[in-house]
Amino acid sequence: MAQTVTAPAPIVPPPVPTIVPGKRVDENRKIAGDMTQLDLLSEPPHFRKGGGGVPLSESFMSSLYSLSSNILRTGLTMLGIIIGVAAVVTLLAIGNGVVADARDKVTANGTNIISISAANANANGIPTPDSTNSLTYEDALALQDPQNCPDCAAISPEIRAGGTLIAGSARTFAPIYGVLPSYAEVHSYNAVVGTFLVDEDITSNVQSVALGATVATTLFGEDDPTGKTIRINGNSFKIAGVMEAKGGTGFGSRDNAVYVPLPIASAKFTGNRQRSTGSGKSVNGIDIKAASTESVGKAMAEVSDLLNIRHRTRNNTPDFQVTNQADQIKAAEENQRTQQIFLLVIASVSLLVGGIGIMNIMLVSVTERTREIGIRKAIGAKERDILTQFIVEAVLISLLGALIGVIIGVSSSLIVSATWKRTIISPESVVLAVAFATAIGLFFGVFPAQRAARLRPIEALRYE
Amino acid sequence: MVIEIRDITKTYQTGDVALQVLKGITFTINDGELCAIMGPSGSGKSTLMNILGCLDTPTSGEYLLDGENVAEFDETRLARVRNRKIGFVFQSFNLIKRTSALDQVQLPLLYAGVDEKERHKRATAALAAVGLGDRMDHKPNQLSGGQQQRVAIARSLVATPSLILADEPTGNLDSRSSVEVMDIFQRLNAQLGITVVFVTHEPDIAEYTHRIIRVRDGYLGADERVPHTKSAADELASRSEPIQIHATA
Repeated sequence: MAQTVTAPAPIVPPPVPTIVPGKRVDENRKIAGDMTQLDLLSEPPHFRKGGGGVPLSESFMSSLYSLSSNILRTGLTMLGIIIGVAAVVTLLAIGNGVVADARDKVTANGTNIISISAANANANGIPTPDSTNSLTYEDALALQDPQNCPDCAAISPEIRAGGTLIAGSARTFAPIYGVLPSYAEVHSYNAVVGTFLVDEDITSNVQSVALGATVATTLFGEDDPTGKTIRINGNSFKIAGVMEAKGGTGFGSRDNAVYVPLPIASAKFTGNRQRSTGSGKSVNGIDIKAASTESVGKAMAEVSDLLNIRHRTRNNTPDFQVTNQADQIKAAEENQRTQQIFLLVIASVSLLVGGIGIMNIMLVSVTERTREIGIRKAIGAKERDILTQFIVEAVLISLLGALIGVIIGVSSSLIVSATWKRTIISPESVVLAVAFATAIGLFFGVFPAQRAARLRPIEALRYE
Repeated sequence: MVIEIRDITKTYQTGDVALQVLKGITFTINDGELCAIMGPSGSGKSTLMNILGCLDTPTSGEYLLDGENVAEFDETRLARVRNRKIGFVFQSFNLIKRTSALDQVQLPLLYAGVDEKERHKRATAALAAVGLGDRMDHKPNQLSGGQQQRVAIARSLVATPSLILADEPTGNLDSRSSVEVMDIFQRLNAQLGITVVFVTHEPDIAEYTHRIIRVRDGYLGADERVPHTKSAADELASRSEPIQIHATA
């Protein structure tokens, strides 16, 4: 034991007690206390009716105090809950963002767009590898006939490919869309510089190209590229114009693509699978703008009827599918919901593990505080009082953990939204995560609390 | 409060070995008595106190509190008795760590459902009565042994129980602190009429009571009146101050 040497304190003589005649002796002796105070205790206190019980606010404060006396342990115990809640909030925010993006993308085109794709294509219209692409350019031309499809305002077949673009020393890789001039109308997509493809490009097989905004910037910077030539997979194309920026990032963005006449794309950029078959030039999909929102249903029926005849559909199993935007949004949401359920299950496992961590530490805490529990019972704590105290403590751990998790989840959602992709934090997900975490704390807190409450006072007091 | 025990026994079973600590003890302590229980180590005094304090249950025999059989009380009723009727003082103080004296003393009132204002008032009075009016914010590790024991006594009396039980309350204290504790017990007994029963094995401490119950090997040894009960207040006055005390209360 280290001994500290301190300077001797100056010796001060104790104050001489003064005797006040007629007063009690006690008042002249400070150390033994002021026995007149006992008069205040001559009657028992006013017990609350119904047997009392500790108010919840008191349990709350004492739990807060107990948790703060071992911050590190409390923090580590909370960690599982923090991670779980933060994960739930962030994942749901990202998921909501994806759904909203999909919806915006579809509705940005107007609400009267119909899409035709091969029957075995997935939700994005991309055929599965073993599928035969049944749609053809000729199908699209047939649909253009007002007699076949009176409720169709514009027909836009498209071929999707990819290629290397070279302009001078600049090069990039981008999706190539083989389309008709009607693409601009169907997708409400206009040129900001120069023009989009024109009818003459199709009829005269002109090798012209319209650039998406991102591609234009990548290859030409701020310069106006109209009239210049670029090479696409070795073929020279004359630039007709630059399209407006539509926003969005990643593979699906229209800004990061180029648009060439469909017949040329079919001849030069498609693989064997999409090359002309006996029935014509194969296309990846056909988008149709219905005459009005109200006529979407009629237009879909007309399209189906025509294609059923052209494709000789048997047994009611067409080799194409016709969808409108409502269907597409629904498909995207369904897709997203499946993923979200999967992610939520994972996050719930984290919360569950966090709950077990809470139970573990609460059991340790009960053991450590056995003597304290004994003291409390010896001075009149009921089972219910001890039970409440420990449950409140467990719930407080999970509740505080959940709140910290929400803060982290919300901030990471904001960071994701600022740097990567759109997120939408839904208040329901926050409330749900906090409620679930708190319920977990309650559930896993009950067992240790019962253990504490049922300790026999004398055994608890003897515990070392 | 009248304490009546009849033929109390207590046997501890440890594996195959049964140890009978109390072998049939019968006595009655009347309301308002100040009484010491004496006996050598291992004679069963503490076990007896724990049974009297409703912290432990006898193996056989009856314990009547004001005529009611304690064995018939359920857990909630026992908690209420410990809370309102009995104040228990332990040899090892048994204060709650990291909790201020004021909060310690308020605890029994908290469990009794007394409102905050009254809790504070009574706890302050109890601490002042035991001479800790200026140490209310101190935590156990900031107090001396004697001061800790006085906090424990303040805690035992704050709800104005009918009975205070103390298991060797002076066992860990120096002689002056011991006399101070006796002074407090005598005051509680005389001023508030609280029945005080405590265990000691110091004969001179037992002389501050009216009655001494002796326990030997689990049996009742002797039960005697103290012919000349000493006054702790007088003893303190004569010991410390070099001045003459004329007035007595």
